[in-house]
Amino acid sequence: MIGNELEGVNKEVYKTDWQWQEGEYTVTRTNMWTAPGCHNGCSVLYYTKDGKVEKIEGDPLSPYNQGRLCMRCLDYCETANHPDRLKYPLKRVGERGENKWERISWDEAYDTIVEHVRDIQENFGPECIVSMQGTGRNICWQTPYLSYSAFNSPNFVLGFLSGDACYLPRTTIGHCFMGDFMVADISQHLERRFNDPEYKLPEYILIVGNNPLVSNGDGFFGHWIVDAMKEGTKLIVLDPSATWLATKAEHWLRVRPGTDAAVILAMLNVIINEDLYDHDFVENWCYGFEELTERVQEYPPEKAAKIAWIEPEQIVEAARAFAKADPAAIQWGLKVDQTVCGIPLAHGLLSMAAICGDIDVPGGCMIPRCAYDISDSYGCGLWNVSDEMMQKMLGVETSPLHALGFDPTANGDTVLQAIETDEPYPIKMLFIQSTNPIANMAADAPRVYNAMRKVPFNVVVDVFMTPTAVACADIILPCGMSSERNSGRVWWWPLRSIVKVNEYYECKSDEQIILELGKRLEPELFPWEDDVELMSWWIQSGNRFHAGWPAKTDETFDELKEKVIDWPNDWAYKKYEKGMLRDDGEPGFNTNSGKCELYLTLFEAWGFDPLPYYEEPPESPISTPELFEEYPLVLTTGARTWEYFHSEERQVPRLRESHPDPLTDLHPDLAAELGVVAGDWVWVENMRGKCKQRVRINASLHPKVVRSEHGWWFPEREAAEPTLFGVFDSNINNLTVQGVTGPTLYGAPYANQICKVYPVTAENDASMSEVITTKGGN
Amino acid sequence: MAADEKYGILIDYEWCTGCHSCEMACKVELGLKEGEGYGIKLHEDGPTLMPNGKYEYLYLPIPTSLCDLCAARTEMGKLPTCVHHCQAACMTYGKVSELAEKAAAKPKQCLFVPC
Repeated sequence: MIGNELEGVNKEVYKTDWQWQEGEYTVTRTNMWTAPGCHNGCSVLYYTKDGKVEKIEGDPLSPYNQGRLCMRCLDYCETANHPDRLKYPLKRVGERGENKWERISWDEAYDTIVEHVRDIQENFGPECIVSMQGTGRNICWQTPYLSYSAFNSPNFVLGFLSGDACYLPRTTIGHCFMGDFMVADISQHLERRFNDPEYKLPEYILIVGNNPLVSNGDGFFGHWIVDAMKEGTKLIVLDPSATWLATKAEHWLRVRPGTDAAVILAMLNVIINEDLYDHDFVENWCYGFEELTERVQEYPPEKAAKIAWIEPEQIVEAARAFAKADPAAIQWGLKVDQTVCGIPLAHGLLSMAAICGDIDVPGGCMIPRCAYDISDSYGCGLWNVSDEMMQKMLGVETSPLHALGFDPTANGDTVLQAIETDEPYPIKMLFIQSTNPIANMAADAPRVYNAMRKVPFNVVVDVFMTPTAVACADIILPCGMSSERNSGRVWWWPLRSIVKVNEYYECKSDEQIILELGKRLEPELFPWEDDVELMSWWIQSGNRFHAGWPAKTDETFDELKEKVIDWPNDWAYKKYEKGMLRDDGEPGFNTNSGKCELYLTLFEAWGFDPLPYYEEPPESPISTPELFEEYPLVLTTGARTWEYFHSEERQVPRLRESHPDPLTDLHPDLAAELGVVAGDWVWVENMRGKCKQRVRINASLHPKVVRSEHGWWFPEREAAEPTLFGVFDSNINNLTVQGVTGPTLYGAPYANQICKVYPVTAENDASMSEVITTKGGN
Repeated sequence: MAADEKYGILIDYEWCTGCHSCEMACKVELGLKEGEGYGIKLHEDGPTLMPNGKYEYLYLPIPTSLCDLCAARTEMGKLPTCVHHCQAACMTYGKVSELAEKAAAKPKQCLFVPC
């Protein structure tokens, strides 16, 4: 049982100090967070000798991961010492795409960037500079602070992620619904974990839109669920495929990709109509129950089951199990966001947690905020942007949610349009920090490839040379990996140190890069002497957005370094009863009504549907039946793999050995119909494009559902165009679409497309990379 | 109990999620590069539709002839690296007689005595 293991750890070998000597090695006890990319922040022991990390081990004394590590962390030394790592700043000397570079000094790199920034600021306006980042790298607050404070631009954006379809739909609706977010409580905020007397295990966990064991999304260590299952927690899983968790679930609902919202609305129908909800919580803490009751009558289980290709009884039984569980938790993930109805689906899930009385109870759907209320988000530094400049953020005209700044980023689709059309203003520079959009997060990757090449000046900050860098960078800055940076991890709780133990050639940490660049552009907004001072500021940055809870700290980076992990003493449950959530200090939730808004007052004011609803994917057997005749399969994308974090690590030999090729899952009947067997190469194609992947047989899929991997490029292939590391050869985002989102601009159909599949033959074989780079896009 | 009693690894494969951490931890510990084999290798079966209409998904890592039960680590008081890093915490290292008792107490377990 987690919590108990720590007592069995050999304290002769594993110490509570932050650093000690073990034979020839210096052992440093700290935490790991990127590069390589990850959503966790696990506790590790670095074994260093002669300035080099030689070994890494999970810290068994950490209540977070109890010594456990995934294969990417275990293979850290192979990645960190890879000969292909970027070692020096580079400037482009050939044409874009030719992969010709010249080593330059950091001073020259910074001078070049500053020169361009000044020129753009003066001649076009700071808003013409767009900064972007990928997911899961330790730059959540660093890139925004640089954009807002050094470039003076409001345009910080998540790559070209269509519909901002990662996390932001859920956080945004969480803010509208109750002023906060919800997270499945597996005791991760309690230092004593399951041994804490206040903690109670979930009776049921509803897992929707993710396979948390592999994805570890949103700062949630997926195997905590296994810890809970061993103690008796049961599962409801919505997933198109029988993941390991789905096969262990009491209720596995094999939903058609993109239809989860219909199922959740039908579960709400059952919970309300069978009177299984928590009357006390609904009466005291919910707003709009009558309206919700009326709405869910439109979604009887029979109707939703037909939409989702499952049986009505499955919905009824799952709804009863969830409602009767005390407590029940919801582990929601990325695929909630990756439909055009990502917002209403998330709204439905929040509503279910609320009416069943599971909000912020032990073992339920707890309300988190970052420890010490640290300014860890995309809003870091936004206070340095003028109101006038805020109005120029791309996306605010279309979406009041963006204008209100709940999750203050520009909108990826709108940025793409601005580059393509020069409206409302031209984009003159991209600062691309740790993102490789054409290999990973950009839908319609060929279109984005064209757009990025149109921008006159681009800077890429990364660990390895990427297809994005070769295609469009003018300056490349090499950034450090986790062991090469002084930083921190807080998402959500506890606060963890990230301590620098080695250096690699001329690489600098992202903190050093934003600080040194910022000092040259806006020195008064970058007053810190070095990265350690900057990190102390970050640790102490709390309470810019909330009043009261959590209390901020005056701890310094050096103090955190010695603590390793810092558990604040003000964690609490049922915070809405204690006046900890609202800015006025009164009990209740931080919303207009002070309650959980089943009926969203803000949405009503903005003219959006204030209640949860289901919308069919824009291309589907039901939306586009004629198109479905030509492309008769439903395609879902983006299932995680153990070996890789999105587009990373394909060049790391031991990881690649474990997973050499991009895989598409087919039902055995479909494979037989197509005349293919496991390992065969197939084309996956639709109206927008095609890519080739290898067949894996998956007997648990619906025969009309296909599941393809994302993030694939081939570092072993030629970097220069037309090959461009083969970035479009197996790229599932040749098939996805940009600019088709929910009405709020949030949510996009990455994971619910249509396609056809057929064998790759000698006659039809081709390199899509060559086709696309030669023709310049699709 | 004999002082030279054999040690082994008990795997509760009811909980093995197939995360490959044991494989990678072991390759790193033994210094095995790509293509140089494994000291413990994960095997997969499923998802398979069973006669009761449910799917079963089984994983089991099997130690190879390269496994020395992390002799260097256990000598200094550490656990074998696969056991230490197992994300599902479903591996136990110990004396074979004690592990056999544990194996008898719960189904879906497998006891390995690699060396």
